[in-house]
Amino acid sequence: MPQQNKDLESKVYSVYPKKLKFQISIIFAIVVFWYLFSLRETDADFIGLISEIDVVFFKLLEMFPPDWSYIEAAIDPLIETIQIAVVASTFSIILCIPMSLLSANTIVKSKFVYQLFRNIMNFLRTMPDILLATLFVSLFGVGIVPGILALTVFSLGLLAKLLSETIETIDPRQLEAVRSTGGNIVQVIWYAVVPQVLPNFISYGLYVFELNVRASLVLGFVGAGGIGAIIDTQLNFLQYQKVMAVLVVLLIAVIIIETISNALRRRVV
Amino acid sequence: MEKNFNLPPKPNRQKKIVRNSAIALILGVIYVWAFSGVIEKVDWRFFDRIGENFDRVVPRLVDVDWSATSKVLELILETVFIAYAGTLIAAILAIPFGFWAAGNMVKSPFWNTMGKWFLILDRTFPELILAILFVITVGPGAFAGVLTIGLTAFGMLGKLYAEVIESIDMKVVEAMEANGANKIQILFYGIFPQVLPEFLSFALYRFEIDIRASTVLGIVGAGGIGTLIVITAANRDWEQLGLIILAIVVVVMVIDYISSKIRKRLV
Repeated sequence: MPQQNKDLESKVYSVYPKKLKFQISIIFAIVVFWYLFSLRETDADFIGLISEIDVVFFKLLEMFPPDWSYIEAAIDPLIETIQIAVVASTFSIILCIPMSLLSANTIVKSKFVYQLFRNIMNFLRTMPDILLATLFVSLFGVGIVPGILALTVFSLGLLAKLLSETIETIDPRQLEAVRSTGGNIVQVIWYAVVPQVLPNFISYGLYVFELNVRASLVLGFVGAGGIGAIIDTQLNFLQYQKVMAVLVVLLIAVIIIETISNALRRRVV
Repeated sequence: MEKNFNLPPKPNRQKKIVRNSAIALILGVIYVWAFSGVIEKVDWRFFDRIGENFDRVVPRLVDVDWSATSKVLELILETVFIAYAGTLIAAILAIPFGFWAAGNMVKSPFWNTMGKWFLILDRTFPELILAILFVITVGPGAFAGVLTIGLTAFGMLGKLYAEVIESIDMKVVEAMEANGANKIQILFYGIFPQVLPEFLSFALYRFEIDIRASTVLGIVGAGGIGTLIVITAANRDWEQLGLIILAIVVVVMVIDYISSKIRKRLV
């Protein structure tokens, strides 16, 4: 009798089919293998990190207390950073409107135009901000112009993608309604598309602005204006307490901007 | 019989007009401030030099220097490895935090809000700030990049995971509870099958973002191709920059393509 019971128990069937289990095991093995390989390639040493955590803390303490007297020097670049972000966001918001309309299949019926603008958009998005900034610095010289252009192009790709996807998911019956009453393309966009996408549009605009404030930190490192430049300088002089003061100021600015923008977004959407 | 047809009263628009004009005023002030500040700082002489710069730089960018291929390849692979290692750490680490921040998993609203706040706190740190901190503390190199990517991706993935967990079908969980399943059984047979495909999909999406992000880290010494970008530009070695641009665009496009194919199959 106990023998029979044991047999029954061993015949428990799994919920998952055998093939799926096999596939998942293989994928899992590949993922783990790649992970170990990339840890080796990047010299990642977590055990060393944990065992020498006191060194890490010691290094971190070198940054404290932040040199608050340096804040004065950080205010002007911070203002410049925010101004760059505002201007770049504005340009990209304006430019993304035609771009996203042309790459939404609910508006554009021509397959060629649609694919063309899709591809331009995807190409724009492959460029990391640092690359754009370097490129524009080489073309326009050091200053805030390349910074503004880099952020504009960088956020244009993102914004156009988000907006065109929103336009593609709107209710097409409203477009039909305006078209059937004889509305031309401008009227269709104004009366049927704009009311449907406006809340999302504002929300994306705010999101891109936040992103630009964060990204504009990068610009200074390659000479494209903003707060990154003074961080770069102080970092090279190993003035960690000054670096920390600037980082704290920047972090506070980012938090304030995000709080305001979140409050606005909640009211809009 | 006489009927009195009255039009419905017009909506009170006064409030709306006041509100809209207030918004317009604030926006206007911000714009005047930002644009005047920018215009003041622009060195307009750049305008005269554009043509010259284009002639000097663009032909050399297109004339790619293939002799640097092995160096660029090595660094771009390092960039991919940083992104991979960082994203995977974040994708795993974000699972418990996702559960912590999901409203339907944590009974106490206080704890749940704590989890949400923790993830928000993590997301407020711009990655370059974290990269600087890690370069100072663990030393320059790719490991600092891995930690940076891991920590920044973790905040976003935790939030996305929590949203996925909040949207699951709780009837399955209830049914298992009624059958006497314990917590671990519920987790593995009731919750994971519902959320894992979306977890994976979000992790892959984050990997795409992290490839771009890890190209930047090099400028503060946290590994990857960023260092080479800055050095190349400083040396005005535009042929090599052309190769770097080509490499980044190809790698990003290939990874985006593969990842979007996998994501389509997952969800």
